[in-house]
Amino acid sequence: MRRLLILTATLALLAGPAAAVNPDEELKDPALEARAHQLSKTLRCVVCQNQSIDDSDAALARDLRIILRERIDAGDTDQQAVDYIVARYGSFVQLDPPMRFDTLALWFGPLAVLALGGIGAFVYMRGRSPAAAGALTPDEEADVAAMLKSDEAR
Amino acid sequence: MKRLLFILPVVGFLVLLGVFFAGLGRDPRALPSVFIGKPLPAFATAPLRPGDTGLANTDFQKGEPVLLNVFASWCGPCRVEHPVLMRLRQEGVVIHGLDWKEDAAAGQRWLAERGDPYVRAGNDPTGRTGIEFGVAGVPETFVIDKQGRVRYRHVGALTPEDWDSKIGPLMEQLRKES
Repeated sequence: MRRLLILTATLALLAGPAAAVNPDEELKDPALEARAHQLSKTLRCVVCQNQSIDDSDAALARDLRIILRERIDAGDTDQQAVDYIVARYGSFVQLDPPMRFDTLALWFGPLAVLALGGIGAFVYMRGRSPAAAGALTPDEEADVAAMLKSDEAR
Repeated sequence: MKRLLFILPVVGFLVLLGVFFAGLGRDPRALPSVFIGKPLPAFATAPLRPGDTGLANTDFQKGEPVLLNVFASWCGPCRVEHPVLMRLRQEGVVIHGLDWKEDAAAGQRWLAERGDPYVRAGNDPTGRTGIEFGVAGVPETFVIDKQGRVRYRHVGALTPEDWDSKIGPLMEQLRKES
């Protein structure tokens, strides 16, 4: 019983997330298949928008996986194969968006916000810096001397 | 200056709130087509109706605006929009149909049971023709202008409200364009 439990636990821990790729879709050439597999992880499924076509079980994701493999098999470079799909569905399908004029806000927006916050914090801190301490009055000098003395006496 | 520093974040927050609030009403599936302003890619399909001519991209450059409706008999929302398409056909709107991802027999049965709103109708059993112009699902309706360029893409069932508020006025405007 105990052995069975351990075995079950081990197997459960070993299980990775299953890709939706079916064996009949895979290319014969392992090198090409590996490339297609990597590429399909970077393309968004337009049906279930937060999954890649590699993960998605949607029928359209399957079609796009097959199209991607056809392009790769026909000798397309990675870029050409991705461009083929982007030309039909837009750069929205790229999970890793390219840096272009219309994606500048996406790439540098967070940095801009951080910079703004930094400037704000800097101005605020400078406004708060304490006034320079003036010289002590004779009364205060006397108090300080007394305190120091009482400390020494102990 | 101090005042400004206090007000700026508040204004920023309110703007962000407005953006998010406006986003609530948007359909995340309604992505703009990459073909907006561009002609449909070259394609030619088998006919849906036996003895017919099928559908090709050249059917869209005939000097009048048309709707291209992508549908399937297995699609639920297509049932909702079908009566709307029938009404539009009666009103003289030219609608071409693409039967997506099913055999012509299934599409023919659909038209026989419910009526046929299409001037031209193509069959796309593998879905490859639809993929050529970025179809992500059914139903989808494209508004094509007189020159055969895609002007608008509607995702989901075409309701009477969609027609009255957006697509009808757009078709009217396209009819006036030279």
